[in-house]
Amino acid sequence: MTKSELVEIIASKQTQLSVKDVELAVKTVIEHMSQALAEGQRIEIRGFGSFSLHYRAPRTGRNPKTGEPVQLPAKYVPHFKPGKELREEVNDSLKQGY
Amino acid sequence: MGALTKADMAERLYEELGLNKREAKEMVEAFFDEIRDALSHNEQVKLSGFGNFDLRDKKQRPGRNPKTGEEIPISARRVVTFRPGQKLKQKVEAYAGTQPQ
Repeated sequence: MTKSELVEIIASKQTQLSVKDVELAVKTVIEHMSQALAEGQRIEIRGFGSFSLHYRAPRTGRNPKTGEPVQLPAKYVPHFKPGKELREEVNDSLKQGY
Repeated sequence: MGALTKADMAERLYEELGLNKREAKEMVEAFFDEIRDALSHNEQVKLSGFGNFDLRDKKQRPGRNPKTGEEIPISARRVVTFRPGQKLKQKVEAYAGTQPQ
């Protein structure tokens, strides 16, 4: 499912908002989440899961072309931990044969 | 700084887009419900600019009860993984937080 398919599905299940409105809302939610993570804020959605940042220590990498060592600074990467309900639903889908 | 919640997201839809409070709340609920629903039907979810939620089937593997040391197999399972997109990775990389989370 892509973002535009998600928009279509949400729009088709309600009558108050146009597809355009739903599209804008979905974009706003995604932007809000990106912004929060960019500021180091966690996201917690009960039943769905949580997003946080994981620290990566600085390391010496290599330029794959030249083999030359490159110093890579410490950084943060986004991390998602699925919530209990999502984990169970997804695992059940395996048993149900999807 | 507290965590971002669905209520905060609904509040922003109310403030920025002028959705009424009920619409805003329903929109945020629908957003996560539909993603969950797709994942529960073994369907990958791709949110461009943010990231992809992928599904991985894991085979049964040997495990151990860490307390007793007893061997118990970890059953085959399906798990969700999140792969952040390039845009999100770049935004987050620059985060100059002083304390690792």
